[in-house]
Amino acid sequence: MQPTSPNFKANAKAALADRPLQAALGKLAQGFPMRRAEAAARLPEFERLRDQARDIKDHVLENLDRYLELYEAKVVEQGGQVHWCETAADARAAILRICRKAGAISVTKSKSMIGEEIAINDFLEQNGIEPVETDLGEYIIQLRREPPSHIIAPAIHLSLDQVADTFLEKHTDLDPNRAIREPRALLEEARTRLRGKFLGADVGLTGANMLIAETGSNVLVTNEGNADLTYGLPKVHIVIASLEKIVPTLEDATTILRVLARSATGQDMSVYTTFCTGPKRPQDLDGPEEYHVVLLDNGRTKMIGSEFHEMLRCIRCGACLNHCPIYKSVGGHAYGWVYSGPMGAVLIPNLIGMETAGHLPNASTLCGKCESVCPMRIPLPRMLRRWRQRQFAAGRGGFVAKTALGLWAGLVTRPKLYRFLMGLGVAALGQLGSKGKFKWLPLAGGWTQVRDLAAPAGDTFVAQYHKGPRGDQSGDLIRKGWRP
Amino acid sequence: MSDARAQILDRIRGGLGRKAGDPTNPAIDRIQTHGKNLIPDRGKLPQDQQVALFIREAERVAATTAKIPHFDNVPTAVGDYLRRHNLPAEVKIAPTERLTALAWQAITVAGGRGEASDGVSVSLAFGGVAETGTLVMASSPESPNTLNFLPMDHIVVISAADIVGDYETVWDRFRERARRAGTEVMPRTVNLITGPSRTADIEQTLQLGAHGPQRLHIVIVDEPPA
Repeated sequence: MQPTSPNFKANAKAALADRPLQAALGKLAQGFPMRRAEAAARLPEFERLRDQARDIKDHVLENLDRYLELYEAKVVEQGGQVHWCETAADARAAILRICRKAGAISVTKSKSMIGEEIAINDFLEQNGIEPVETDLGEYIIQLRREPPSHIIAPAIHLSLDQVADTFLEKHTDLDPNRAIREPRALLEEARTRLRGKFLGADVGLTGANMLIAETGSNVLVTNEGNADLTYGLPKVHIVIASLEKIVPTLEDATTILRVLARSATGQDMSVYTTFCTGPKRPQDLDGPEEYHVVLLDNGRTKMIGSEFHEMLRCIRCGACLNHCPIYKSVGGHAYGWVYSGPMGAVLIPNLIGMETAGHLPNASTLCGKCESVCPMRIPLPRMLRRWRQRQFAAGRGGFVAKTALGLWAGLVTRPKLYRFLMGLGVAALGQLGSKGKFKWLPLAGGWTQVRDLAAPAGDTFVAQYHKGPRGDQSGDLIRKGWRP
Repeated sequence: MSDARAQILDRIRGGLGRKAGDPTNPAIDRIQTHGKNLIPDRGKLPQDQQVALFIREAERVAATTAKIPHFDNVPTAVGDYLRRHNLPAEVKIAPTERLTALAWQAITVAGGRGEASDGVSVSLAFGGVAETGTLVMASSPESPNTLNFLPMDHIVVISAADIVGDYETVWDRFRERARRAGTEVMPRTVNLITGPSRTADIEQTLQLGAHGPQRLHIVIVDEPPA
């Protein structure tokens, strides 16, 4: 899709005024974090499992070339094929070639963020092949021609009424007066419709939560069972995965599974966790005749060894979205591309460039909640800061921000001058504030438009600290010259 | 395409500051050793408690369970289930002798893969994991995995002896079986199933039976497998 990330500010403003969206986000903010906390509390080993999951992925990334070679050999040994693709266009072409060879006119698809990233649906459609999303949320947004607004709950931004309106508008062969304004009726309608699509598809396209080097398997995690009907019924199964999805062994995959669902939905285990290994075997009564893995780079190998290397540990659970104050305020569409939230703000500029996605790393309060819940312990705030530093170094950002930051940077390296001026400033502002508040301040209009800013009262923190009672250890440290 | 492969691998080695053809390969060691990572304590209970934990966890995720002494009691357990849910006395069973050889009496059975017209299926689990109440289904000619997904009601028969504490034990059992038979470790498809199908995609309201079965019934057989 064409990114709208450059319009983040306008997108965010629109999102804040969107009532159904705000209602949905309110519900999300209550549900997901609470369920994750409960699931984590139910497993005393959860924190240690997070450490191990992180270490597994670190080890994989240090040996990624080796694991990819071993994984490929294992897939081929069992009758599958691996298609290495450098770019989104290469991956689209590889998928189309396989579909054409199979004479496909209909492709069922289970939810895949890589599928979104390479915009495979539009491409198949342009080439006369019908792509059908089968995850209920993805199906809804496919009908509405929208990108996902959350990596695991793609239609989270919609109300029941909006979904019902979409079905009434798009399922034109059904009675327009049917009663579908309740969740069960909508589910039944989608289930019935998609059942026919599952049975008629020529190719099944799935993503992969992991690729296992030991066995050449791909792992699929769903709650609906749609992935299993997607790979299990057609003649051809295509797996589309980015190359950092590799894990070494079944045991390593298991450790990651133990943190994945708990972090994502607060389930101990998602309903269906599937390991697919090659095509149909002799005498099998079901299963695909062909098994293909489309392995995508699309900018990831450039992250290896860079300051964004650790982002490649991400398992796409969505925990950082669910706990992010910005995501919970504006939702996923404001970010303007297929990923969102803190992981999106770090990843998107890597994939589509800082020029297009430069706003996103600034859409963060750096509160650190994302890192504290990330099952893979990815230092998201640190990486958001790296993007900000790069932007500043590249001379991006507005005049005011640049001047202010430049001035501040100059001052902060001269502590005596800094404290002197701060003291003056604080005293002056303290005098100027009316009743301890500012209703308006130059350069702070964005804040004072909607609320008052508290005026400083008395001295600076450091000045007060020095006046305070002696003997406190941290005070001693500061007096001895330690600087934060 | 092979050009892309070389380019990708080169870029990875470049990023890691390594050259091609480095003889040490820790990846091979890790795969051959396939060491266990941390296993939660609740996956390490004695066998009798594992079965109880398996039942608790499976029911927590909306599966139902029944315990029977012998394999011969399976048709009765299936009949009870069908009556309880007011379903026709007709089931599709996995074409394995353990099921086809049973006396199904008044229930009409057909063996084979799952079809769109199947209402109720009965299949046999490779194992169960107590830690999360998870069934392990291994595909084979006697265990077509379409039976796990197409019907609205899925009944799974499992020997109590096949219920283990953790997933790691299941992987070892797959490896052991493959070593004896001289086959690949993994069957074509392994489905770990934890409760019936569900979705919360419409206004975050949980609903069962999204695309897979709306009900999952687990019949645990005390008699050890022959």
